[in-house]
Amino acid sequence: MIDLTVNGAAARVDVDPATPLLYVLRDDLHLHAAKFGCGLGQCGACTVLVDDRPVFSCLMPVGAIGTRKVTTVEGLGTAAKPGDVQRAFLHEQAAQCGYCIPGMMTRAEGLLRKTTTPTEYAMRTAMAPSLCRCGTHMRILRAVRRAAVMRGGGVVDAAEPVT
Amino acid sequence: MSGQASRRDVLGGLLVAFSFAPAALAQTGGGEGSGGPPTVAPDLPGTLAKFPDLDAWIRIAPDGRVTVFTGKVELGTGVKTAMAQLVADELDVAIERVDLITADTSLTPNEGVTAGSQTLEQSGTAVANAAANVRLLLAETAAGRWGVAATSLFTRDGAVLDGQGRRATYAELAASTSLAVRARADVPRKRLAARRLIGRPVPRVDLPAKLTGLPSYVHDMVLPGMVHARVLRGPSSGTRLTPDLAALRRQSGVAKVVQVGRFAAIVGPREWPLEQALRVANRGRWVRDAAVPALPPMPAGLLTMRRESQVIDTRRDDPAARGIRRLSARYDRPYLMHGAIGPSCAVALFEEGRLTVWTHSQGVEPLRQAIAELLAMPVDRIRCVHREGAGCYGHNGADDVAGDVALIARAMPGVPVRLQWSREQEHGWEPLGPAMLAQVDATLDASGRIVDWRHQVWSNTHSTRPTAAGDLLAGSEVVPPFTPTPPKPIPQPNGGGDRNAIPLYRFPNQTIVSHFLPDMPVRVSALRGLGAHLNIFALESFMDELAVAAGRDPVAFRLAHIDDPRAAAVIRRAADRFGWGRYRPASNRGRGFAFARYKNHGAYCAVALDVERIPDEGRLIVHRAVAAVDSGEAVNPDGIRNQVEGGIVQSLSWTAIEAAGHDGARRTDYDWSTYPILRFADAPRSVSVEVIDRPGTPFLGTGECAQGPTAAALGNALAAATGVRSRSMPLAAGSPTPV
Repeated sequence: MIDLTVNGAAARVDVDPATPLLYVLRDDLHLHAAKFGCGLGQCGACTVLVDDRPVFSCLMPVGAIGTRKVTTVEGLGTAAKPGDVQRAFLHEQAAQCGYCIPGMMTRAEGLLRKTTTPTEYAMRTAMAPSLCRCGTHMRILRAVRRAAVMRGGGVVDAAEPVT
Repeated sequence: MSGQASRRDVLGGLLVAFSFAPAALAQTGGGEGSGGPPTVAPDLPGTLAKFPDLDAWIRIAPDGRVTVFTGKVELGTGVKTAMAQLVADELDVAIERVDLITADTSLTPNEGVTAGSQTLEQSGTAVANAAANVRLLLAETAAGRWGVAATSLFTRDGAVLDGQGRRATYAELAASTSLAVRARADVPRKRLAARRLIGRPVPRVDLPAKLTGLPSYVHDMVLPGMVHARVLRGPSSGTRLTPDLAALRRQSGVAKVVQVGRFAAIVGPREWPLEQALRVANRGRWVRDAAVPALPPMPAGLLTMRRESQVIDTRRDDPAARGIRRLSARYDRPYLMHGAIGPSCAVALFEEGRLTVWTHSQGVEPLRQAIAELLAMPVDRIRCVHREGAGCYGHNGADDVAGDVALIARAMPGVPVRLQWSREQEHGWEPLGPAMLAQVDATLDASGRIVDWRHQVWSNTHSTRPTAAGDLLAGSEVVPPFTPTPPKPIPQPNGGGDRNAIPLYRFPNQTIVSHFLPDMPVRVSALRGLGAHLNIFALESFMDELAVAAGRDPVAFRLAHIDDPRAAAVIRRAADRFGWGRYRPASNRGRGFAFARYKNHGAYCAVALDVERIPDEGRLIVHRAVAAVDSGEAVNPDGIRNQVEGGIVQSLSWTAIEAAGHDGARRTDYDWSTYPILRFADAPRSVSVEVIDRPGTPFLGTGECAQGPTAAALGNALAAATGVRSRSMPLAAGSPTPV
């Protein structure tokens, strides 16, 4: 038995500790926001927060989580009461197919927990592990900028290279 | 909104003349896959011509909720929202009261394949006109009750009113209004000034669920007692795995091995043990399927392949025109991957002789036919229901995984089965976008005008979408195998490899030749835009080369050769918004412009880019992208902006950095490290899209309009920035891959 704290609630699952967290979230806890994309840590569709850090849940063995708190998009808010990152993404209509967006939102949440005043470069670097095939990048970046403002900060367009 | 509806919103308003699409334009799904049923009511617009009865499209429940049935699917382009807007506005109900049912072979009209940027043209036109018809019928019911003329009534918020205090809700009226009647062609659409939703940036109806983690995709489906499956295949298309099935049966977590001929899959209650078993299986021996022809070196190899050539357009308006300077150039692109972020997935249940498949296929009806043949089952015992997947951008593994899961489910009656491909399987087996090559020759006269134009394009088919069992991967693995449908070109005016090969410009003399290559050394099919990506890249790159040769500004040169006023308006708007005339080039930095009307009958789109090439690294920075688009009547301008912004970024990735490799025996790219796509670091610094709305005009397909112009604008900007013209994609080849 493995004990977890997911979105503030205690959960107990009976799985092989080597099982990647993603399968536990989706198949055991029925939290479907985090998506399978590659199973290789290359695309970010499975990104969740462990404590405040974004991790690839397709690679993270569930047995390695310990007492750290897991946050998925379900923990950021609900359709009736979306959290501020979700509101920012809704406001910017920052999705096409939407498959990558939960990973984008948890990654943005991780960035904003670290700083609400990242530079443009820091924002793009923080988002870089996540892939979007629809080309929604510009809207996703606008949503992260908006969320930073909602948190009392803002993305600084510092005079440093974007790449 | 004013509390008093105007009498002019009344039903007897202006008659709107519906535009009739010529039969060839009405090819369902842009000519990809099967075309759906025949036209039975040519006087009716959109797909109403195939399904003229109103209850095929709209039903009103006793609680007043409106259900809309469309045979098209949501691929992430926002069409569900646009269709809900159309119906809510035309019917005069709140959009919150409209539910959409998309592509379900048991419930919705057969609208063929959702492809070719035709969903609003075909299904949107149908539902909007069906809604206008239903509104009139409900008013006629109220008129009968009240003993007045229907033309004296008006509608507001789901009710018919007489303006003197009498009001009947649609819910009341629907109970005594039959919608099992044929649509009338002369029912007016709502007049422009009375529209509340059409033309407005209504938020996407599907995003609140998707952004809060509610199950939204076929991948998220959970059915009682559902088991998971993984299919066993060689590394890539054209190979065959010989796994040790006895060893797999002993693997923990593998409850069953399903084997049908050479098709094999493993089934179990949990995903992770199956993933581990799949890795064990993949260590097995694989062989090259001998039937697959050898791969000539690309892209020059395309010129050596067996071909069927056809002149698709020719014009000799001024054979006496004297040219003084002739230019020629060749342009090419490699095989490209669809690269959906979510690998293909499907769920199926076989029970009491009936099979239900939940699928993210773009064509549930032709898929149903193919599965029926694969399983030797009557078609009417199979139901295919669309559930969304990750953005597919054409024919990827969606249909194949549905065929796979159908075979597995039939072997496990009563048990729902969910099959998800691995990332490596999606990269290895999805049909690729075909490699292509185009040669353009043109002659300038002494005044710098083009007097003769010749465009030739060499390409495989751009659609192997399934219409029969042999088109599914599983169909070639069962014994005896089914034969794939022979590839054939998609005829103009949509075109396949020759899509957008015919210039929209007015040249006095031109010849356009399509060299169709029937032999496919690599598995290929429809990738967003089909041949338009390479043809527009060639055409619009060459326009720039000719402008330079003629000593003309590229934008002015284009305007001098176009006589379509909407095309000219889009070109001018993009140039103005970009500040084309004020642009100051800098070292290694330049501007590029390109324009096309998608398929020559879809949306008009012009793109201007400001691009810098970092010396020594070869990396590109897109400082600014500005686009103008004319999609006809803009149902949802933000949806159009989202499509064009996305199209620009996606095309920058395709054009600058992507190429799918093959070593002659198998593909070489199995993940995102070997097939990189654009990441945030390389996304443009800004993208802005200007929508030119044309209210009251037909919808023009938008979903694929930006890819071609973006590709050419990038080539043109790089040529301006560096003085060196790149005609082979990927344009940033040779540059180190960003870390």
